[in-house]
Amino acid sequence: MQALTPTAAAIELREIEKSFGTVHAVRGVSLRIEKGAITGIVGENGAGKSTLMSILYGLYRADAGEIRVDGRPVAMASSREALGHGIGMVHQHFMLVDTFTVLENLVLGAEGGPLLAGGLEAARAELARLAREYGLSVDPDARIADLSVGEQQRVEILKVLFRGARILILDEPSAVLTPQETDRLFGVLASLRERGVTVVLITHKLREIVAVTDHVCVMRRGRVVAERRTADTNVEELAELMVGRKVRLDLDKIPPRLGEVLLRAEHLSLVDGRGVRRLDDVGIELRAGEIVGIAGVSGNGQSELLQVLSGIRAPDGGRLTVCGRVIDADHPGDPAEMRDLGVAHVPEDRLRQGMVAAFEASETSILGYQGRAPFTSYYLLDGPAVVAHCADLMERYDVRPRLPTLGSSLFSGGNQQKLVLAREIARQPRVLLVGQPTRGVDIGAIEFIRRELVKARDAGCAVLVVSVELEEILSLSDRILVMFAGRIVGEVEPGETNEPALGLLMAGAAAA
Amino acid sequence: MDEALTFFLLTLASMARVATPLVLCAMGGLFAEKSGIVDIGLEGKMLMAAFFAAASAAVTGSAWAGVGAAILAAVALAVLHGLACITYRGNQVVSGVAINILAAGLTVVLGTAWFARGGQTPPLTGSQRLPSLFLPNAGDNILVYAALLSVPLTWWIVERTRFGLRLRAVGEMPFAVDAAGISVAWLRYRAMLICGLFAGLAGAYLSIGQNAGFSRDMTAGQGFIALAAIIFGKWRPLPTFGACLIFGLLDAMAIRLQGVRVPGLGEVPVQLILAMPYLLAVFLLAGFIGRAVAPKASGVPYVKEH
Repeated sequence: MQALTPTAAAIELREIEKSFGTVHAVRGVSLRIEKGAITGIVGENGAGKSTLMSILYGLYRADAGEIRVDGRPVAMASSREALGHGIGMVHQHFMLVDTFTVLENLVLGAEGGPLLAGGLEAARAELARLAREYGLSVDPDARIADLSVGEQQRVEILKVLFRGARILILDEPSAVLTPQETDRLFGVLASLRERGVTVVLITHKLREIVAVTDHVCVMRRGRVVAERRTADTNVEELAELMVGRKVRLDLDKIPPRLGEVLLRAEHLSLVDGRGVRRLDDVGIELRAGEIVGIAGVSGNGQSELLQVLSGIRAPDGGRLTVCGRVIDADHPGDPAEMRDLGVAHVPEDRLRQGMVAAFEASETSILGYQGRAPFTSYYLLDGPAVVAHCADLMERYDVRPRLPTLGSSLFSGGNQQKLVLAREIARQPRVLLVGQPTRGVDIGAIEFIRRELVKARDAGCAVLVVSVELEEILSLSDRILVMFAGRIVGEVEPGETNEPALGLLMAGAAAA
Repeated sequence: MDEALTFFLLTLASMARVATPLVLCAMGGLFAEKSGIVDIGLEGKMLMAAFFAAASAAVTGSAWAGVGAAILAAVALAVLHGLACITYRGNQVVSGVAINILAAGLTVVLGTAWFARGGQTPPLTGSQRLPSLFLPNAGDNILVYAALLSVPLTWWIVERTRFGLRLRAVGEMPFAVDAAGISVAWLRYRAMLICGLFAGLAGAYLSIGQNAGFSRDMTAGQGFIALAAIIFGKWRPLPTFGACLIFGLLDAMAIRLQGVRVPGLGEVPVQLILAMPYLLAVFLLAGFIGRAVAPKASGVPYVKEH
């Protein structure tokens, strides 16, 4: 067997099967992961990549199939066992205790004895060695809560290396990073590979796959549909393999036909309950017929900006003029009034703010407009009218399955988003505020949603898009504003900038 | 001068007596809370322990048998709470309240059935009670010193041992603990066992140390006061101990102040004095202590699929 394969496999999966109830998440997957190389696993949400890796890491048990590590079959009944075989996982949501120091997080589960003191000191020495060897420096006594997201991720990687892992699985590692932090991460992964560490990278960002991996494996609907050497493939081919058809994410846009200013924010400020200044002297002008993109690392005031513009929170200072109505600290608006003014809002947090998960799709489709005709007459909801409205939206905006009475939470992320967007856009609002239009949305729906936003803009709607996906901001926007620490720190034209330049602005580098 | 000193010493002694069960109970509760389990049932555990301590002591004639029975009773309830909250992921507050109701009812039913004294146990004398150790008749039995010792011990375990590190981690971020290959459930069960042990000692102290027998509802909310002390102490052993002492002092003063005339006000109503610790708890928890940050995973059952 060894003689037949040119390079040794660190891990071999054979005919892995896994179902959750009626959902067949992983279907007969066989996969080889080469030793000392970076292997990318790509696929849309729900393609089964995370489930497969959770099986490999012992978090789930496969219903059938075999896992071989270094050629030997193993049971992999727990994550402890996976660690024992040298497999470590860096989760998308960090498995760190916020209130602990770096060192305490490092030793958790590998304390080296019933008393802490000795273990902590040994860990300190080992951490220094790892920092030297892999260029992963981090202050051992810093509290996790005080670290940046990029540093927290470094701690996660150190944690895995500290346990002696030689095979590293990273689940969507760049989802939370700035472009600069992502580049640093890729530098680290490359230096890990040089020292013989095997890396498995799960992602849906194809450009990252092309940039950093040696091999790539494409999953769709629980199956491996293709394996390629990265050098032999490209983004277009991978996208097509992922979706199962040709995808065009670049948008053909006509130049914007600018109209009057529909929304003007001047010197907006907002201080939250803990006294932190979330918005600081924010000024924005939004004209009919344009898409303005707000770029920024999440948590720099974009969420608060959307809340203020949509009337959910009143600003502490400054004023907001929307379609003639002036809103300030003394004259707060509310979401219902804003809706009456023609401001529609697709919230960032679809599940919590955009819909009620327990409601039927038809109810979600009128949320916020439930008091209007024809949905309500004499204080009573007109059920058939609501269902008919929902069915109409589903048809026009391709929401699948077309079942108005199905629970909202049972739709996929992409279809939920299409339904929420349909609800807001179908009323032909004058101003459309959209937070993270394609977060957790599969690639086919991304295409659709972006085209709808451009359609609304061409129809004369003023569109504001907040997104952490730079590529999305760059392709959608007519103008880009960059937020950092609650301020607008730059305005750029999409044609005159690129991801690295935006990344620098987002990191506050050019903040004056 | 002498009189003031005597008053001071007597108040101090009675503070120590009153604070002992609070301290023991709070240290037990601290382990549960640190592990992410809200334990409203401290009151019930202590009550059940008090009953079994007195009942066993009365039957066997040995205070030590009483202590043993108290621990067993409280640990049994702690395991029950663990089953409901950890294994079956039930609501922790509901389970705690159920344990309190169970204890309040069962102690009286069993007491009536076994001793036919309206829910009380026979008065305990001599070897049936825990003796004073150093100071004659001051009530400084071994559990008073155990309470004193329990504070640095708890601190040491929580801050300086592997178990403590994992305990703190499981209350903050159980996913991290699971990802590290450590059993979340077993950690939390161990926390509950320790909680039961301490609540058992607290209950035993009430019925065979401080008092000479069990009477119905004799805990009178001290389990809740202990819980308040934990929150007041921001889930740290030393400040929690301090909070227990303050509650103890208020109680001790309440006893001393009964019948005392305050110039200009007249006699202070007994009811008001007795209500002092509870009023203090309400005031303190209503916001006089600043933002208390509970363990993040507190009250949330751990579900692996996330």
